[in-house]
Amino acid sequence: MSYTFTVSPDFSPNYLAGWYIFNTWLQIQTGEAIHLELYDDFQAQRTAIQANQIDLIYANPFDAAMLVREKGFLPLVKAEGISDEAIIAVNANNPVEDVAQLPTGIRVAVTEDPDVHMIGMIMLEVGDLDASNIQTCFCNNHILIVKNLIQDKADVGIFLAKAFDDLSNLTKKQLKILVRSQISVIHHSLMIGPKLAERQTEIQALLLSMNNDDKGKNVLNSLGFNAWAKVEDEEMEFMIDLMDTLII
Amino acid sequence: MLQDMQLENIVGEYKEAILNLYGSTPRKIYYTEIETPYPDGKLIVSTTDKAGIITHVNQSFVEMSGYREEELINAPHSILRHPDMPSVAFKDLWDTVNKGEKWQGIVKNLRKDGGYYWVKATVIPNIRNGQVVGYTSVRRKPSRTKVNECIQLYPTLF
Ligand SMILES: Cc1cc2nc3c(=O)[nH]c(=O)nc-3n(C[C@H](O)[C@H](O)[C@H](O)COP(=O)(O)O)c2cc1C
Repeated sequence: MSYTFTVSPDFSPNYLAGWYIFNTWLQIQTGEAIHLELYDDFQAQRTAIQANQIDLIYANPFDAAMLVREKGFLPLVKAEGISDEAIIAVNANNPVEDVAQLPTGIRVAVTEDPDVHMIGMIMLEVGDLDASNIQTCFCNNHILIVKNLIQDKADVGIFLAKAFDDLSNLTKKQLKILVRSQISVIHHSLMIGPKLAERQTEIQALLLSMNNDDKGKNVLNSLGFNAWAKVEDEEMEFMIDLMDTLII
Repeated sequence: MLQDMQLENIVGEYKEAILNLYGSTPRKIYYTEIETPYPDGKLIVSTTDKAGIITHVNQSFVEMSGYREEELINAPHSILRHPDMPSVAFKDLWDTVNKGEKWQGIVKNLRKDGGYYWVKATVIPNIRNGQVVGYTSVRRKPSRTKVNECIQLYPTLF
């Protein structure tokens, strides 16, 4: 039997090779044939999930509810010490110092990453802004958000905080952070589908000990973090409930 | 069971009130006009059992309420009840979540030091294996416009 693994389409292109290396590691460790299938966008990935084509996923928190509650997925692990946070930034020349001062009608540049978009919108709410009174411009990646801000084609950018922090100092000098989220409990997670469910504990154990040898450590480094941390079923349920409170 | 508030914890000029809380003897509280601004970018999170007894709080909850975590766990959520909040708001909250639905509202909360803070709260039932096992509330920073509307509206609901 062969299984299909997929990664939330918001992964950084820097880690593309890393996910292939990780997939190879997974196949060796589990003794299973696992194929890595990457989708261009969330819609294509969700369609594959709905068609029961996915057995393993590094999932965006936004999709966790659907995966667990509709599709019977179980959590395995998350990247240790990494949570999904968002930053609201403007052009450094913009006199606005606080989200509350932003006027309606502004152009907001954002990527398709659904959880970052959601966290960003919650922070804009403080200025009485919502999808109905702003213009949303979707960008393929955060570099395009930067471009839009610098060229005054957008007034506000919503960034994944990690992506913003990794920008060059020169770029960051041209931008100004208005607010950074500090939520800490919203994170991507590696999950397994019903076909692999009975191996949850075993695969979890493999992943949790991955940083104990050099080979595993190198694979983790190619993904941009140092270790996996366990996600208990109830922790996942808690995050799903939390996301549910934020979706309106 | 909630104890009366302690004067030694109160900061600033205060007023006194007696709250008749569900499942408790009348609670004496002290409250001041000192507002603690909601911290940018944070969420205040708590979970209760089915009776509204607190089972989990996050760090922002502890910081904003002024209570220590040990004082909050196992306390009724009405530990934050402010006398300026009309009881119809909480009746609506409980009626809504008892139907299995999501409740959202702007709430003025009372701190241990007698001060207050405004939140935009969303409460949902936690459903596990088809059963309601408790409730989660997540608060975010409300817009000033929304808070000002409530400052006008709430006194008319008593
Ligand atoms: C998950 C959850 C969160 C709550 N959060 C608050 C809160 O932050 N402040 C508050 O005054 N009441 C909150 N309540 C409502 C209280 O349980 C209580 O109904 C309210 O304080 C009024 O007290 P009473 O019902 O005893 O009259 C919450 C209830 C639930 C289920």
